[in-house]
Amino acid sequence: MEALIQLGIFTFLLLAGFVFGRRAEKKHYRSIFEREDRFRHIVVTNEKVPSPEFIQHDFTMVAGNVVISVDYFKVVSAGLRSLVGGRISAYESLLDRARREALLRMQEQAHARGAQTVINTKFETSRVSGNAGQGIGSMEVLAYGTALIPSRA
Amino acid sequence: MLVSNIEVVPGKRITQHLGLVQGSTVRAKHAGKDIMAGFKNIFGGELTSYTDLLQESRDEAVQRMTEQAQAIGANAVINVRFATSAIAAGASEILAYGTAVLLEDK
Repeated sequence: MEALIQLGIFTFLLLAGFVFGRRAEKKHYRSIFEREDRFRHIVVTNEKVPSPEFIQHDFTMVAGNVVISVDYFKVVSAGLRSLVGGRISAYESLLDRARREALLRMQEQAHARGAQTVINTKFETSRVSGNAGQGIGSMEVLAYGTALIPSRA
Repeated sequence: MLVSNIEVVPGKRITQHLGLVQGSTVRAKHAGKDIMAGFKNIFGGELTSYTDLLQESRDEAVQRMTEQAQAIGANAVINVRFATSAIAAGASEILAYGTAVLLEDK
């Protein structure tokens, strides 16, 4: 009987993760695509030295960060996948989403300051340890760079 | 105080190089938020409370870094980098470091 209850809880968590996690991911991707179109005009590069035409520009640091959580279904499917090895697409999409979201938030900030260009963009990824040591809890991604603002002078 | 992560500043010249400055902070959210985040780990989605937490601590780290730079008489911090590490469950350390310099217009 006890085993049955445990199995029930496991199935419930798995289903909840599958249904809600999938819905959240789809919704997030839709909003990412939409905003990426909107901020297409802001050029983001990782070159270190600004090209000569930016000599008269003001500059400021912009950053965007996001913490994205895994869902239970992803944890289980990744666990099964790591038995046989290979690509863990559940986590790939998670990190892809986090990275693009962080970049978008950085672009938003650059846009708010009137910049058209962001150079020297760097990424930082770290684990926010939620459940001590079991798989990945949630991932934090930070994107930061230098926004070049056309000066009014 | 100018803060930037580029090494060469457009239209400015570095007159004095004052060395490395840094600022760090360790922060945690209260247990209620941690429990909510635990639930979120089942359903997936963004953890806004942690996003805010890390944003705040990053601002704080930059603030401490610029204070240190001001104390040694710099007017800009360039080549800034961030580092994050999780030191315990629900707490992370944020470090910001950069080079304090004295800039003047070319």
